[in-house]
Amino acid sequence: MTELDPNTRAARPVFRNINAFKDLPTYRLPLAGWVSILHRISGALMFLLLPFIIWMFDMSVSSEISYERLMHAFGADGGGWLLKLVALALIWAYLHHLIAGLRHLWMDMSHDAVSKEFGRSSAAVTLVVSILLTVVLGAKLFGLY
Amino acid sequence: MAVNFGTRRIVVGAHYGLRDWLSQRITAGLMALFTFVVLAQVLFTRGELGYAGWAGIFAAQWMKVLTFVVIVALLYHVWVGVRDIWMDYVQSVAARLLLQVVSIAWLVGCAGWAIQVLWRL
Repeated sequence: MTELDPNTRAARPVFRNINAFKDLPTYRLPLAGWVSILHRISGALMFLLLPFIIWMFDMSVSSEISYERLMHAFGADGGGWLLKLVALALIWAYLHHLIAGLRHLWMDMSHDAVSKEFGRSSAAVTLVVSILLTVVLGAKLFGLY
Repeated sequence: MAVNFGTRRIVVGAHYGLRDWLSQRITAGLMALFTFVVLAQVLFTRGELGYAGWAGIFAAQWMKVLTFVVIVALLYHVWVGVRDIWMDYVQSVAARLLLQVVSIAWLVGCAGWAIQVLWRL
């Protein structure tokens, strides 16, 4: 292996132990990196909100009365905007996690998919599709159509 | 103690995480399938879905069994993922063990609740 002369080599930043406050704001993450960290964040979010998800499931299927109470809680007079915001975050988390996961499965199965170009383009598709679907479903959730 | 091959051996699991890697993907596939099954039933409902239509989806016996399997799959899938997070960011063994125990309790509790809701339908 040929070593370049360190004196003529262009100085590039070296990250060993990344400091969350000092390095992360200036750290340029590639698109695939954004998909990766958002995959983790969305998973952690759904893990933390599991009781809320099961509560919604419980209320929605248990009886007609609990179903109506859930509808009311999400309504305008029940402070529903907060629940809707949490639900919107869950919608995004689920969509991102699902699409990023399918991307992973595709990369596991196809060797052609394991390339720098596909990594970037499929990451872009993941981000665009998940955000677009979140906007569409979020508009429905907040009664825009 | 004499320094030999045995003392310098890096002790890791026999499967190098293959089992977790594979089960995370299989459970993910199952949950993705479940998502599309529920979505299809919601979309193909004629007229207003309402309580009867929504609860009816989960009342069918095959759907109950599928949902039950998905809850168990979710439990394992989330365990693998959350354990990875703790292993990556929490260096203290004591804190990591505590967080792992709390995660297991959290997940088993949630799974129990979800199965209870499902089973009384």
